[in-house]
Order: sequence, then structure tokens, then C-alpha cells
Amino acid sequence: MSQDTIKHPGLNLGCAHGGDHDAAERVMFGFWLFLMSDAVLFGMVFSTYVASLSATAGGPGPRDLYNIRSVFIETLLLLASSFTFGMASLALKYKHGETRLIGWLTVTLALGVAFLGFESHDFVTMFAKGGAPTRSGFLSAFFDLVPLHGLHVTGGCIWLVCLVGQIARYGLDTRVKLGIMRLALFWHFLDIVWIAIFSVVYLAGLA
Amino acid sequence: MSLAAIIDPPLGRLSLQSLPFWQMLQHPTEANVINGVIATGAACVMVLGAIVSFALITKYRKWGVLWTEWLTSTDHKKIGIMYVALAFVMAARALIEACLMRAQQAFGLGGGFVSPEHFAELFSTHGTIMIFFVVMPFLTGVINYAMPLQIGAREVTFPRLNSISLGLTAAGALLVMVSLLIGKFSTGGWFGYPPYTEANFNPGVGPDYWIWALSLSGLASTFTGINFVTTIWKERAPGMRLLRMPLFTWTALCTSILMMFAMPPLTIAMAQLALDRYLGFHYFTNAHGGNMMHFVNLFWMFGHPEVYILILPSFGIYSEVVATFSGKTLYGYRSMVMATMAIAILSFTVWLHHFFTMGQSADINAVFGIASMLIGIPTGVKIYDWMWTMFRGRIRFTVPMVYSVGFIFLFVLGGMSGILLADPGVDYQVHNSVFLVAHFHNVAVPGALFGLLAGYHFWFPKAFGFRLSERWGMVSAVCWIAGFMLAFFPLYALGLMGLPRRTVSYTEPSYVPLEMVAFLGAILVIAALGALLVQLWVSIKHRNENRVFVGDPWDGRSLEWSVSAPPPDYDFAVIPVVTDRDAFTAAKESGNAYQRPGACADIELPKNSALGPALGAIGLAIAFGLVWHIWWMVILSALAAVATTISSGFARDTTRIVPAQQVQREQQRWIAAAAAATAISRADECKSSNAGLAEQEYAGVSA
Repeated sequence: MSQDTIKHPGLNLGCAHGGDHDAAERVMFGFWLFLMSDAVLFGMVFSTYVASLSATAGGPGPRDLYNIRSVFIETLLLLASSFTFGMASLALKYKHGETRLIGWLTVTLALGVAFLGFESHDFVTMFAKGGAPTRSGFLSAFFDLVPLHGLHVTGGCIWLVCLVGQIARYGLDTRVKLGIMRLALFWHFLDIVWIAIFSVVYLAGLA
Repeated sequence: MSLAAIIDPPLGRLSLQSLPFWQMLQHPTEANVINGVIATGAACVMVLGAIVSFALITKYRKWGVLWTEWLTSTDHKKIGIMYVALAFVMAARALIEACLMRAQQAFGLGGGFVSPEHFAELFSTHGTIMIFFVVMPFLTGVINYAMPLQIGAREVTFPRLNSISLGLTAAGALLVMVSLLIGKFSTGGWFGYPPYTEANFNPGVGPDYWIWALSLSGLASTFTGINFVTTIWKERAPGMRLLRMPLFTWTALCTSILMMFAMPPLTIAMAQLALDRYLGFHYFTNAHGGNMMHFVNLFWMFGHPEVYILILPSFGIYSEVVATFSGKTLYGYRSMVMATMAIAILSFTVWLHHFFTMGQSADINAVFGIASMLIGIPTGVKIYDWMWTMFRGRIRFTVPMVYSVGFIFLFVLGGMSGILLADPGVDYQVHNSVFLVAHFHNVAVPGALFGLLAGYHFWFPKAFGFRLSERWGMVSAVCWIAGFMLAFFPLYALGLMGLPRRTVSYTEPSYVPLEMVAFLGAILVIAALGALLVQLWVSIKHRNENRVFVGDPWDGRSLEWSVSAPPPDYDFAVIPVVTDRDAFTAAKESGNAYQRPGACADIELPKNSALGPALGAIGLAIAFGLVWHIWWMVILSALAAVATTISSGFARDTTRIVPAQQVQREQQRWIAAAAAATAISRADECKSSNAGLAEQEYAGVSA
């Protein structure tokens, strides 16, 4: 692919998709901007979290509450889901057919839901150990940051189901393609945010 | 939460006590009666306004038109006009409140007539409305209208999102209006610092109204920012390189970038305060590790870029107005662009100057003080550029130009007092005094508001096809400028004499004369608003004498003047090719303007969509439910929001085609009008002979 046919950063549809490839340019640019804005949102809750680390108010701290095993499994699940979404994007780009595309999307969804399951379990355990957000400024900040990511993943899962529904209804038309490409960016973005959460919250918290 | 908790009580915290006259009836003391009458009067005016609008629309059978032509429209021009209309309605309320506050202070020696609680509501709603529901919608509206036309585009990139932004902004504005009738608004000022706004000290609905109104508006502005940046980046006509963009588009770009990056801190601050209040979290509470400084930092990380969001579009408007009404190309275009960008970037580095006195070390204060003073440099560059643009120009003192000249003088003064406040040592002396109030009104009113009013007069003929009355416009401009000076210059002196801001009453008799002058200024500003309304009325009445259908009443320089007034739905029959800065002036000088287009093609435009009004209504329902703890309403509306969003993803048939024949026909009608019109000289541009065709003052070239 020559340089001038790349319409936007990231995996492009490619010229084989004709008009859809051109249509992606504006929509994807807009979505990159949204992600930048969303990144600032996460930046703000990260800074709240870091600034609140010492504000445990006599309540439990990171060492009392975090479970690195569970979090490590979550990390693996989310990284694997990014890989499977990558396979879905390739299936879209190289026209491997709807079945394969939906297959990879379904695997991604399963991994995402599994991640959410583990994460909810973590939260329940934390609550049981007295780590509720109303306990201290530190825990409030924790429950701002990590569940905000979880909410994003939940939103991503709902979006994914809707896109599969749209494929069933309309096949792979322009809007479905652009939807899958945007969700792909969104999914990888959440992966990167999770890496930051894993490092800043869990690894640094337990180090 | 159990089912019983969701539906019981069915109206949440709502009760008869929520009505503005209830307390007055229960406890008819003198103070209660006076404040009850004022609050009830205001609520009645609002309700009456709503009833009269409803009756008039029904009488003239305009509901259908309102819905299909306006509310569901995805046309950037109509959305822009609706934003400006919203801004005017909200401005009326906020200005009356301002006048009431000035009256209270003028008679506030030893008491006055407004209760402290009521006074606090007044300054909180005044600030909140002026920033979020007057200047923000006003500038968003003007950008929506003019920017796509300036870059030779037919639409913004995401037209439905544009309509959703309008819906959410209107929902926020309505929420503030509803607080007039049901319950009370916050008493925490426009930046509502916790812990005062926490549930411990303010268990009522006031801060909740404020939180959700700001959240709705913030969400809308984030979307708007993304939409505008994408539009400017991706929809420019061929040849419209970045450094050929009109300066207004440049400022629109910078403002939109600021919206994208500055709104998230507000969203987070509001969400965290809401979690504190509703679920007992500890972000900003006094106990359990809460820290109110987090809120202060988050809020001003939004708040400082916000003031540049407010003012940059006006800088752009002044650039267009000064160049057009001086008949010259803008002096120092590149330096203007660089100054705009520099201001946008610096705006993220100075937030701490809003709280110099809140406990940082002197070194940190010094860094932020110096950064704040640095902003004076690019702003100074702009002032000189505007003056050099006027130098030896063909200047006409039309209404927009009067606002611009008034701005240059007044804004320099406001900027100077800003430099004073940027010195932490000085700030320690005058912070929280009315000196500060004088300063930020001195930059916000001549800076942001005068610019938007200049833009309103400048582009009104483009939007509606007829010019506004010059005489009433001049009356209004003079009242604005004189009223502003009388209202705020005394506050500088009062501030230095030690009058704290937000003072409901005082015991120092020497304040009274200056307070009286300020009150007089406020009355003049109300007169200015009245003159604007009269102007609109008179201009509509005499519209047939002031038509400018050909579309170029001011000998304009950028592409929006190269189409008819009002422009067709599709803006441009043929997308123009740009070869120079001041694209339309270049076309006129080379004789390429008003060309009959060759073969026209079918044009694809976005269809109307009910998504914007629907999500706006749902957003209002969620916010109202949250304010009053009506949980079933919150849950149902949230489900409706998700369902609406999902179903909109399944929509396919979202565009309509304007047939080539229709485009051809409309173009021919316009070209014929241009051919039949008499070109007028600049001396005649405010006379009814101005049909929107400008005489070219260069030898050998005619339009």
C-alpha cells in the first residue's frame, strides 16, 4: 500500500473497500479525537488516585486489598481480547467472510465478559475486607479509576453485541465497517489504559 | 436498592415546600414576603413566557414547522441560529439578575431588601448561566453558522452529533430555568467549592441542580469540540490550506481543541462531587481522607482554558470585523495565528492563579504568576495587529466596528488589571474583593460578549437575508459600552477600598456613592438589552427595505459572503477552489465572483433526525430525577437513553439528495439577482440601496 492511500493512523480498510475506505478517513479522525478527550478523562482520575494514595484515613490500604493473582489473570484476558479483536479487524480488512469475523468478535466478547467477571469478583472481595469506597479518600479514588475502566469495557461489550446485530441485519455495509473499526480502536485504547492501571495501581501498590 | 425504595415516595424529595411562595405563605415575615415575591415573580414570568410561546405557536399552527424545520434539523446553519436564540433567552434572565444584585448592593448599607440566601442564589445562577448558557451557546452557535461556510464545506462532519449537543445544552439550560420554579438553585457560586457544596453543609437540591446542569453542558461541549475540530481538519475546500483559513476559523479551531481537552476535568469534578453527595464517597469531604484541593485543581484545570474558550472566538470575530470594515486584509495574519495558538497552549499552564492564597509555596505561586503574565504577550500582539489593520484603512463605523473599537480600549484595561492580579503579592491583597469581579467582567464583557454581539450584527444579514437596524444597533452598543464602564469601573475602586465580592450588605457608608454609579450602569445594560430587542423587532418589520439577497452587504473577504443570503441548504452549489487567503476578495478582484456554475450535480445532505431533541429530553428527565431523588424516573430515562442510542446505530437511511435541477434553478435565480443588483459603494452600505452587491474600488475590475 502506498503512503497516500493511508487514510488515518491504525489499521486501514485498504483500497479493496472502495468508497468505504475513503469514508473511514473523517469518521476515524473524529474517533481519535474522542479517544484523546477520553484519555484526559482517565488522566484526571489517575491523578486523583495518585494524590489520594496516603488518604487511607486509618482504613485498609493496597496491601490489604489487592490480589495480584486475580489482577494478573484479568490482564491476560484483556490482552488476549485485544489480540482476538486484531484478528477480527484483519478478517474485516481481507474479507475473510462474515462468519469468521463474527467468530473472532464473539471470542473477544467472551474474553471481555470474563474480564468483567473477575473484576467484579475483586470488588466484592474488597468490599468484604472493609474496602468500600465510602471508607476513605483513597478507596473513593480507587473506585473512581478502576470501575471507570470497567464501565468503558462494559460499554464496549454492549457496542460489540450491537455491531453483531447490525451485521445480522445489514451485512457488512459502510456503517458496520466503520463501527467495527472504531470499536477496535476503543478496545485497544482500553487495553492500554488497563496496562497503566495494572502498573500504577496494582504493581506500584504492592511493590 | 429494593423496588419499594425506587417508587416510594413517588415524587422523591418533591413537595409543596419546593414552590417559591410556600415559605412566604407559611411564615409571612417581611423578609420572607419580599424574597418570596421576587422569586415567585421570576417564576411567573418564566411560566407566562412558556404559556405565551405555547399559545402563539398553537395559534399560528407552527408546531409542525418548528419540529420539521428547526428542532430536528441537522443543518449547521439552523443549529447555529437555535444556539444563539437560546443564548439570548438565557442572557435576559442573567442580566435581570445582575441588575437585581446591583440594586441590592446599592441599597445594601446595613441591610438591603434581598436575603443573603437569595442573594447567593442570584450570583450563582448569574455566573452559571452567563458562562455555560449564554456565552458558550452563543459562540457555539456563531461557529456553527459561520465556520463551515468559511472553509467551503456543506456540513459539519457529524451533523447528528451536532444536534445532540444542542439538545443537551438546551436540557442544561432548561434545568436551570426549572430551578426557578421548583426548589432552589445552588448558593455556592459558579464554581461551587466543596466542602460547602457537600451534603453535610448543603443537603438541599441546589448544588444538585448546579452539578447536573454543568454536566449536561460539559458533555455537549465535548462533543461540539470533537465535531468542530474534525470539520476544520477534514472538510476544508480544495486549496483551503491551514494558513489560508480565515482567522475566525483559526480561533474556532483553537477553541474546539480547548473544549476537547478542558471539559473532561469538569466532567470528573462534577462526577466526584455527585458521588460524594449521593453515595457518601470521600473525594472532597473534610473527614475520611477527602481533600477539597482536588476539586479546586480539577475545576480550574477546566476553568482556565474555559475562559479562553469563551474569548478566542470573539478574537476571531474582531479580526473579521476589523479587516472587513477597514477594507484591508488582516495585518499580521501569521502572528495572529501564532498568538491564538500560543494563548490556547498557555491556557493550560496557569490554572493555579485562581487560588494563589490556598496554601502553595511562594515558588509555585511565582511560576504560575509568571506564566499568567506571559499570556499578555500574544494578546498584546493581537491588539497591535487589529490597530495596524485599521491604519490607513477605509474604516466605516458600523455597529460591529463600534463594538470592536470599544473592545480594544476596554480590553486593554481589563488585561492590565489581569497582569496586576497575576502577581501573587498583589493577589493576596485584592483577591476575593470586587476588584476581581471588575477584572473578569472587564475581560469577559468587552472581550467575549461584545465580540459575539459584533458577530451577531455582522452575520445576521447572511443568516436571514436582511440587515439589522443600524440606529437601534448603535443605541444598544453605546448603552452596552457606557453601561459596562459605569457598572464595573467603580468596582475597581470599591475593591481597593476593601469591599469583598458576593457581599449582600455592608456597614461602610463610603461605599454607597460608587455602588449607586454601578447600579446606574446595570440599568443602562438592561436598556442595551431592550434596544437589542427593539432592533430585532424594527428590523423584522422593515425587512423588505433591507434585503441583501445577493449576499455580500459589507464587501466581505471570506467564502461565507460568496453565497446568497440566506445561503441555500447545501451552502455551495459547487465546492469552491481556494487559491489565496481572503478567498472571496481574490475572486471579486479577479472578476471570478458570481459565475454561473457549469453543470450542477446532485448534492447529498444529512436528513433530519429526532435524536437530538430526544436525547435532550431524556437528559433533562435523568437530571431532574437525580436532583429530586425520583429513582424510577432516573432508571427509566437511562434505559431510554441506552435504547435510543442503540437504535440510532441501526438507522441507515440518513441522507437525502438535493436534485441537480433544483440546485441549478436556485443558482440561476441568485446569479440573475446579482446581475440585476446595483453595486453600492462603501459609503452606502447602511442604506436600503444595499442589495448585497459590493462595488469594487479597484480600477478596471467590476463584480
